Amino acid sequence: MINSVYINGLGAISPQETFSADSFLKNIIDYNQKYLEIIPPVYKEYIDPKALRRMSKIVRMGVASGFMALKQANIEIPDAINTGTGLGCQADTEKFLQTMIDNDETLLNPSSFIQSTHNTIGGQIALAIGCNNYNMAYVHRTFSFETALLDSMMMITEGTAKNVLVGGVDEITEESYYIRAKIGHLKNEAEQSSNILNSKTIGALCGEGAAFAVVSDSKTETSYCKIDGVSMFYKPVDTLEIAAKITSFLQEHNLTPQDIDFVISGFNGDIEYDGIYRMINEKIFEHSGLGMYKNLCGEYDTSSAFATWMAANILKFKEIPSEIIIKKPLNKVKRVLIYNQFHNVNHSIILMSEC
Amino acid sequence: MQRRVLITGLGTISSIGMNIEETLDSLLNKRSGIKKSKNLQSVHKDDFVFGEIPLTLSELKDMLNIPQHEAYSRTSLLAMLAAKEAVDNAGISDINKYRTGFLSASTVGGMDRSELYYSDFLTNDTQNKYIDSHHCGDHTEKVADLLGIKDFTSTISTACSSSINTIMFGARLIKLGILDRVIAGGVDSLSKFTLNGFNTLMILDREHCRPFDETRSGLNLGEGAGYVVLEADDIIEKEGKTAICELKGYANANDAFHQTASSPTGEGAFLAMTKALKLSGLNKDDISYINVHGTGTGNNDLSEGIAMKRVFGENIPPFSSTKGYTGHTLGAAGSIETIFGALAIKHNTIFPNLNFVNTIEEIGIRPETDIITNREIKNVLSNSFGFGGNNSTLIISKI
Amino acid sequence: MEKQELIEQLKLQIIEQLNLEDIEPSDIGNDEPLFGDGLGLDSIDALELIVLLEKEYGIKVEDPKEGKKIFVSVTTLADFIIANKK
Repeated sequence: MINSVYINGLGAISPQETFSADSFLKNIIDYNQKYLEIIPPVYKEYIDPKALRRMSKIVRMGVASGFMALKQANIEIPDAINTGTGLGCQADTEKFLQTMIDNDETLLNPSSFIQSTHNTIGGQIALAIGCNNYNMAYVHRTFSFETALLDSMMMITEGTAKNVLVGGVDEITEESYYIRAKIGHLKNEAEQSSNILNSKTIGALCGEGAAFAVVSDSKTETSYCKIDGVSMFYKPVDTLEIAAKITSFLQEHNLTPQDIDFVISGFNGDIEYDGIYRMINEKIFEHSGLGMYKNLCGEYDTSSAFATWMAANILKFKEIPSEIIIKKPLNKVKRVLIYNQFHNVNHSIILMSEC
Repeated sequence: MQRRVLITGLGTISSIGMNIEETLDSLLNKRSGIKKSKNLQSVHKDDFVFGEIPLTLSELKDMLNIPQHEAYSRTSLLAMLAAKEAVDNAGISDINKYRTGFLSASTVGGMDRSELYYSDFLTNDTQNKYIDSHHCGDHTEKVADLLGIKDFTSTISTACSSSINTIMFGARLIKLGILDRVIAGGVDSLSKFTLNGFNTLMILDREHCRPFDETRSGLNLGEGAGYVVLEADDIIEKEGKTAICELKGYANANDAFHQTASSPTGEGAFLAMTKALKLSGLNKDDISYINVHGTGTGNNDLSEGIAMKRVFGENIPPFSSTKGYTGHTLGAAGSIETIFGALAIKHNTIFPNLNFVNTIEEIGIRPETDIITNREIKNVLSNSFGFGGNNSTLIISKI
Repeated sequence: MEKQELIEQLKLQIIEQLNLEDIEPSDIGNDEPLFGDGLGLDSIDALELIVLLEKEYGIKVEDPKEGKKIFVSVTTLADFIIANKK
């Protein structure tokens, strides 16, 4: 069994204004675009310009949001840095690939190759703060952030770490959007982000973002909430199996579905797969409130890191922005479950509670 | 009482063998797999030598009875062959009898196909089926499906140390009782992308690489896959099985010096080795053999050598880099070399550092250059380092 | 091309190749060290400058160690180009 951990600091860069710590989603932006892009902070406030000049968008937003979380938690050097990224540094990878093709494998930039590796973000954070500790990068679709979180919670349970910086980050580029839209993973046309529940098309509303948290073994004055557990399951045969997996996960935590006040589900506007969330809600969560989050940040492999950021704020500020509510919770929200899945293949749940 | 983690199965494919048996035979006969490439489609194909597996994509598909039209990257196919061997080698017939996970690693995933079809992806629909085989988790799922794994699957990518980190993570999942068995390791196939990448860094040797030699001038790229089966001691006892060796120590540390280069003090490597030794409960004198990262680049070997001297003082245990055999297999290197370590323990043998002649003046240490078979190999320490300052060490021991 | 003209051109090319945001050509002294204390470039920049030499001036540097002597300052770089340009 894995111990609960406290979220003691957060940092998020997303298509919403999320990097201010003082307010929580006060002015939600409704987009009508093919994909949602992040609103960048002034990066120079967070990152040394010498390092910044080589960084692509994903590295910038990852490193900056990591620093935000550390600062909030008053941690200079975390005991570990665990990053999740589904597709990693796409812009650098594409740049290197395209130049390789255009120049017939000559005159290539070493920088874009170097920065194309999936552990660049965690490595750059370590480099900037001089952190010699454990540093890991998980890269498995919608299991990426979840595995990074599991590893972090395991370290705290083992006693090998007290404070771990953990996050998820993915970027969208014009090319990668185009490529994944044409195989039906993403929407081909712009749609209103506030209206994804009523979408009539296949493919997800695409987005990007970075969200980091400092998770710790003890409560401090900056604590937001607790993370009590994370679980992933692969290729369940049907919704009955999904429901059974969720129920048994809750049972391990001495809970039943009724104990969950609010379920944050990964609705992304894809008519082929969004039905799963509804079925699970009807099957086991008829007493719980239901919410969504991808209308704010779009779909990307590590969007559950954004959902974790959002849930932590809900548990701290005790308020839920009306834009994310599908079904109002009956009770005061003390316990949240995030449920996300990709194409009914990679399912994950994260259990959080107030502290 | 904390669970112990044992290695019960090995599986590998690389330029020196299609399986464990062939690999061991090559190791014992000083047979390097590095030569001119047959399959790589690159303008630099003839400029360098490679540790290439002499089989085409279609031959690999035939070996696995996969219809030719199905979209599998070379990466996936290599992983499937090696992981299957590991599971068979461990004598596992019912994969879901215990909670079993599959953890894999790769630096560039399905890049071997994406780089060929990237222009098609952008301009036409002829190669669409390969679009979703690009991401690093794709090969992991292909293997999980082949093995019937349901309980847990995930993927790590920390550049050239990737696969050693899956073994470490797997061991921890077992120790904490989250899983009972884990198949862990990694894979990478040769690609133009990595060839050109390392070429821009000017760290590729045009000749056979010479790890830890004063005249070394870079690495040779290789390809391959390696997986080990990790099982909890209680499961092994229940099954009445025997294990190959025990995983006693592991650690990951960050050099935090430079995005690609290793520090002049070898701090990350020093920390990884020191922490792994501490966890294993062994003394530094207990180490019988070190399989070094030893890529053959000026920077790595010097930095790693300095770190070894910091850890072991003047009495560095016998060590060798086996990259003269396989080339640098990147995301597969850590697990393939862990397998070499397990073979060293099983056969009481140290495999030599090929192509070594001249000692690096600055550090004055010499790797083993001959096969050593006349002593007991009890504890093997294996290093794997990667970009982003990622340094990992594993220690495996005779039971 | 005059050496001074080449020096000015190089400064622009260095800024672009290395993505030196916020740096103007006038901020780079002709004899100021490019690495270490001066502009603070590192080994990755050295490799980028080798690419620049080949791309803009058709000069191939085969051994990265050679770069150390060539990239001392913009002046040494200009001298190297003048001496090696075909």
